[in-house]
Amino acid sequence: MQTQTSTAPTPGVLARGAVPTDAADDIFLTLTVAEQLCGVPVLAIRDVLGVQAITRIPLAPAEVAGSLNLRGRIVTAIDLRRRLGLPPRSEGHAGAMSIVVERDGELYSLLADQVGEVLPLPRVERAPNPVTLDPVWRDISDGVHRIGERLLIVIDVERILAIG
Amino acid sequence: MDDLLADFLTETQEGLVALDAALVRLERAPEDTATLSEVFRIVHTIKGTCGFLGLTRMEAVAHAAENVLGRYRDGTLAVSQAGISQILGAIDCIRGITTGLEATGAEPEGEDAPLIAALNAVAAGEAAAAAPRPAPAAPPPAMPAAPVAVAPAVAPPAIPPTAPAAENEAGGANAPPQTIRVTVEVLEGLMMLVSELVLTRNQLLQLSRNGADSAFAVPLQRLSHITSDLQEGVMKTRMQPIGNAWAKLPRLVRDLGVELGKKIELEMRGAETELDRQVLELIKDPLTHMVRNSADHGLETPEQRVAAGKPEAGRIMLHASHEGGHIIIEIADDGRGLNVERIRQKVLSQGLATEAELAAMPEREVQRFIFRAGFSTAAAVTAVSGRGVGMDVVKTNMERIGGTIEVRSKEGRGTAFIVKIPLTLAIVSALIVEAGGERFAIPQIGVVELVRVGGEGAPQLERIKDSAVLRLRDRLLPLVNLAGLLHLDSPAAEENAFVVVTQVGPHVFGIIVDRVFDTEEIVVKPVAPILRHVTMFSGNTILGDGSVIMILDPNGIARATGVGAESGEGEPERDGKRQALAHRSDQRTALLLFRAGDATPKAVPLGLIARLEDVERERIENAGGRPLVQYRGQLMPLVPISGHWDPDLAPARQPVLVFSDGDRAMGLMVDEILDVVEERMAIDGAGERPGFLGTTVIGGKVTEMLDTAWWLRQAGEDWFGGAADRARGSGHRLLVIEDSPFFRNLVVPALGAVGYEVTAVADAEEALRLREAGASFEAVISDIVLPGMDGFALARTLREGGAWRDLPLIALTGRIDPADIEHGRAAGFTDYVAKFDRAALLDSLRQCLTAPVAG
Repeated sequence: MQTQTSTAPTPGVLARGAVPTDAADDIFLTLTVAEQLCGVPVLAIRDVLGVQAITRIPLAPAEVAGSLNLRGRIVTAIDLRRRLGLPPRSEGHAGAMSIVVERDGELYSLLADQVGEVLPLPRVERAPNPVTLDPVWRDISDGVHRIGERLLIVIDVERILAIG
Repeated sequence: MDDLLADFLTETQEGLVALDAALVRLERAPEDTATLSEVFRIVHTIKGTCGFLGLTRMEAVAHAAENVLGRYRDGTLAVSQAGISQILGAIDCIRGITTGLEATGAEPEGEDAPLIAALNAVAAGEAAAAAPRPAPAAPPPAMPAAPVAVAPAVAPPAIPPTAPAAENEAGGANAPPQTIRVTVEVLEGLMMLVSELVLTRNQLLQLSRNGADSAFAVPLQRLSHITSDLQEGVMKTRMQPIGNAWAKLPRLVRDLGVELGKKIELEMRGAETELDRQVLELIKDPLTHMVRNSADHGLETPEQRVAAGKPEAGRIMLHASHEGGHIIIEIADDGRGLNVERIRQKVLSQGLATEAELAAMPEREVQRFIFRAGFSTAAAVTAVSGRGVGMDVVKTNMERIGGTIEVRSKEGRGTAFIVKIPLTLAIVSALIVEAGGERFAIPQIGVVELVRVGGEGAPQLERIKDSAVLRLRDRLLPLVNLAGLLHLDSPAAEENAFVVVTQVGPHVFGIIVDRVFDTEEIVVKPVAPILRHVTMFSGNTILGDGSVIMILDPNGIARATGVGAESGEGEPERDGKRQALAHRSDQRTALLLFRAGDATPKAVPLGLIARLEDVERERIENAGGRPLVQYRGQLMPLVPISGHWDPDLAPARQPVLVFSDGDRAMGLMVDEILDVVEERMAIDGAGERPGFLGTTVIGGKVTEMLDTAWWLRQAGEDWFGGAADRARGSGHRLLVIEDSPFFRNLVVPALGAVGYEVTAVADAEEALRLREAGASFEAVISDIVLPGMDGFALARTLREGGAWRDLPLIALTGRIDPADIEHGRAAGFTDYVAKFDRAALLDSLRQCLTAPVAG
């Protein structure tokens, strides 16, 4: 196992083996935030959770929705709407889904309105941010994919977690 | 068997198993530096420990093996099968000795000379052949002129890479070890399971309470008890005072002192600081290593010390304390400090940085190179340490448990390593409260008591103007509203709430919460990095019911509210415009405002007042023209601020401010208590009127600041200091430098009271004039913020030379934060004490004046 990974330069996509895709694809989990379709690289994702009980954290930055318990680990929840300066979810909304990512050994949950599907997208088709892209998104976007009529914004996890 | 030896055997057996596997790996991949470092580290540890335990046979073998490995690591010798075989031979030899040790408690007889010679030959012979560049470290000592032996004495390792040592292990008649090691994960897992169990138990109990007479009740009760015991047991397995890890150090230091011909004093503070046992285990060796390093490299020989004008005996100081969610351990010595120039040269010679990069680096950065693998500035390789295996291992071990290590060093003055380890695994008992609809945990350790306010017969919250206070057993407590502090909406009426009486250092204050639940044992976890700036929380945790809860930090709350502790807000202003005439102190202090005698409001720091009393006129007696009152079984003198007391004119109930010290008390009679405010004090025109320090403006009104010391003296000559107390200070002469007359008047009587002879001056220049005039003192206590030359500059000046160079120097400051303490230490302060904290100051003085450092 160890010798294999040390000789093969390709990263974990192959090692996982389970996803039927070729190496030229990036695999994303799609989600929506205020109707906007986004994608987070699946390799960055630790878990996807339904609506969770979230403890508010007083005095925390506004983007921080609170913290939640993921099997004994404390996860800091970042509300993507607030992170992006978008209006809050409407009253009738069922509640936000949690996409759990890891950074420097800490777990963070990105709260999205909805979680879609796992989608392999050819790397060559990723386009740089269009100049017309809303500045709110430009900051955290790592490029865009065109999917039919819709635009999928690739979320840069590092940058979305750069708060404060 | 001796504990030490038992530990050593357990450790060595583990090390040997790891070594077998690692050596084989190394042979296959000679350029694998990580493996090489690991092998080197284990052999080095074995050698070091057996040197300390006096196991000479084993030490000699390990030392020879280490020599070969050292050359491998420096790159001056290529890894060869023959070499590895010899090292494996040495490992087998050590294993044999270990078995003997286990059986008899002593090293078995045996002849290792051929093995050692062969090892030395490998080290010497092939090195001469290869020698591509000079060895960066000094050559191995005692290189024998033995002939070059090539033939391996032991069969080459034809062992499969998996489970290499199984057969060897099975072969030895191993006595069962006295301890077993359990990985952190196992304990973490246990902990989690116990938490789950507690949760389930609680649910069951809830169910059984609902269904009245359940047949399950009795067994459930038993289950509940067992669960609690189990929980306690698991927790107990994990907590130990750090003193356990230090227990062996005095002996170690003594032996090192003898071996190295040095005089070393070891000082240990905070040994009772508890930390998780697994964390303790992990830091034990690094700590020992650092102490060893301090003794070996840090401290100079007695001759060098005397020549440098230092006391003959060197000092090594260990200090442990809790801070927020961390444990801070400081290992400091007063030795030669790091030679930054030598580090630079070594960095250059090893090609770790270019000259230009080095030139741009601050000294601190340069010093950090000592944490690089293979980096040692020790000129000689001694048996004690000095192969550079030290600090990189220490750093790796600290980082493995999520800790950090820093070095602070001043050439000629000493080196300090500051280790900060998170309390990731530490468990505390906490009170769960609710405020503004959210639950929080308050560590029990800071909670003095719980008071229900509002209800019938319960104490009432009172308001003096806008601040809420609680009169608790006649003591006036400042209060903070938790919901307000955390910007939460507070639905419940404040008047029907709970007050968590909390103590932070000498300050007691109350935290108003809406509800109080239970106490719960919680596992403290540090908060996410993006929340670290919220100082109100020391961590977070998961409760038994699975919810996440924030843990409040009483220190942070005290700081945020200005109760007792002080904020640093005055900083920029202080640098900008200096009000030359006004004596200022920038701290916000809680002040009690009252009226007495005339219409001008008067103020006194709330922290100085023990209690507020309403004394009935009839109870006040008159003895020789002095009013007295029977108070708590004693006669308490009463002093009227208006200057005279006339029983006929006195009100029915006389408000009295009670000051107390030990079992003495004194009451100050006032007309009316007005308010409690938090103010930054800027006192003008000191001492215009006896009994008052001067005036200040509070809430737009000119207010007179009470000179507490003066009034205390009015109560009688012997108010300060009994005979026993006086002996404590035993006439040591102290110099106090403090610009604010207010604080001067607090500190000087406090010190005088316990028998110190105190001289007080208002600025650093005055202090230096005293020095030039030949005044002599045994310790200097200085404020940091002074007009003109500040405390840091004064410390540096004093340390530069002159008659006071070696005096203990204590900084007195309103703010204690680690950066300040560091700054203070760097400037030359011996200790750092908070203003107002009389006990800490006396303690520090005692430490300083008894320590052998004074020259």
